[in-house]
Amino acid sequence: MLLVKDVQKSFDGFRAVNDAQLKVEKGEVVAVIGPNGAGKTTLFNLVTGQLNPDSGEIIFNNENIAGMPPYEICRKGISRSFQIVNIFPRLTVFENVRVSVISYNKRTFNLFSKAENVAVAETEEIIQSLGLSEKAKRISGSLSHGDQKVLEMAIALGNRPELLILDEPTAGMSPEETLSTLELMKSLSRERGITILFCEHDMELVFSIANKIMVMQHGRTIIEGPPDVVRSNREVQEAYLGGEA
Amino acid sequence: MIKKFSWKALFLGLAVFVLLLFVPRYLPRFQVYLFALIFATGLLAVSLNMVLGLGGMYQFHHAVFYGIGAYTVALFITKTSLSPWLGFIAAPFVSALFSLVIGLICVRLSKLYFGMLQISLGSLVWAVVFRWYSFTGGDDGIHGISVPDLISSTGGAYYFSLAVTALCLVIMFRIVNSPFGRSFQAVRDNPERSEAVGINVKRIQLTGMVIAGIFAGVSGSLFVVIEGSVFPELMFWTLSLEIIIMCLLGGWFTFLGPMLGAAIIVLLRTFVGIYTEYWTMILGIVLMLLILFLPQGVLGFFQEKFETDGMKTIREEK
Repeated sequence: MLLVKDVQKSFDGFRAVNDAQLKVEKGEVVAVIGPNGAGKTTLFNLVTGQLNPDSGEIIFNNENIAGMPPYEICRKGISRSFQIVNIFPRLTVFENVRVSVISYNKRTFNLFSKAENVAVAETEEIIQSLGLSEKAKRISGSLSHGDQKVLEMAIALGNRPELLILDEPTAGMSPEETLSTLELMKSLSRERGITILFCEHDMELVFSIANKIMVMQHGRTIIEGPPDVVRSNREVQEAYLGGEA
Repeated sequence: MIKKFSWKALFLGLAVFVLLLFVPRYLPRFQVYLFALIFATGLLAVSLNMVLGLGGMYQFHHAVFYGIGAYTVALFITKTSLSPWLGFIAAPFVSALFSLVIGLICVRLSKLYFGMLQISLGSLVWAVVFRWYSFTGGDDGIHGISVPDLISSTGGAYYFSLAVTALCLVIMFRIVNSPFGRSFQAVRDNPERSEAVGINVKRIQLTGMVIAGIFAGVSGSLFVVIEGSVFPELMFWTLSLEIIIMCLLGGWFTFLGPMLGAAIIVLLRTFVGIYTEYWTMILGIVLMLLILFLPQGVLGFFQEKFETDGMKTIREEK
């Protein structure tokens, strides 16, 4: 479904992503791990179009999407959440999600119908399935950090993605919130059949949910494979898992 | 910015509208003229706020589209033998066209750079109008424009301005509360996130500019009806600044705030202007007080006081 091939990206001579390889099949849950500054977020930004790669190919459903603007990539079926909370802080929770549903329904340029009555059912369904119903009318900027991270996902789901990219979905969450996010990711994968690509520092979470793990260091892909293969790889143990596993 | 539809607001709006219908009957001519001028200027300010407040774009030279609307009507009436009404229909289209062209060039840039480029392009239009004596009348402008009899009297001009302004406000209110309006607000709050949910940010900004330009053009055509003349100052950058001040003064996160701001400025200019030519000094003091005590603008302040507005909640919880 998604194939990242030989992708490179430099900033002022610094190779943030250097020779990254990644393959995501339909229905998989794939994790990207690696130390801080390994280039995980940069890689995601390249896939979703926030950045343009210097070279390499990013193939999504047999089409090279490298260098496309973010809105086009989104319309192809890739949605994402951001590592640092990135929502519409002045809108309510409900309106936050509705923005992406409106966009998905191609009604962004509809000038005269009442927004009040547009996309209500779809938006409510998403909000309910993520457990945000009680907070639907709150201004999103006033939510707790954990709730804002969940809202991130809700916004991304508004576009009904085939591939959902989550950049550290549990960063800054309490242990309880992390646990419920894990459950949420599982149900998105199982019940909705959404393919998930995420990066995460919580190794326990990564190994408990991912079908496949890709390890990055210094912008390079060290290994890509099922969890046990990755766990037993020596290079990974030295670089990242601290020599033990 | 989001003002939900309510029966109370509708009733209040209708009541004000009905009251305004009786203005020419009971007030002297000069005050009727002033009211009409406030409608036209207020419509201009609200149209600017469609991009400034709703879209968060630094539209620094909005007066250009106002001037173009006014000149379109003036030139239609003085240079062609077509029905003058056609001029009024053409004005918003010509303004929209200029918005589109200037917008296409400007939306490539963002924030302040957008505004600066717009000032330069707008000034270019102004310079052409200022110099092209054979066509636009140059710095003299065009005077004694004879609008159709129906709207040439003070009362006629008043009713025409009232009707057109009310109609435009209703349309703009619908746009603000449409899916487009909501998406435009989302772009204002977070363009990066908007792109990530599939919104073409540049295209929505360009659409917003064209919409604002259309209504600015309409208000420009009202100016011709009220004053019977046009001059290059209508598209000079200082007027653009004044319109921005109207929006800030009235409250740029409210729908009708800019209208109120326009009323305050027009009245200040008229009545303080009688006593001193330095009326802008008073305006300066008013602005300073405003920034210090009512940063939300006058209407923004009252709306926050009487309604549980979202912004209030967010400030209290932070």
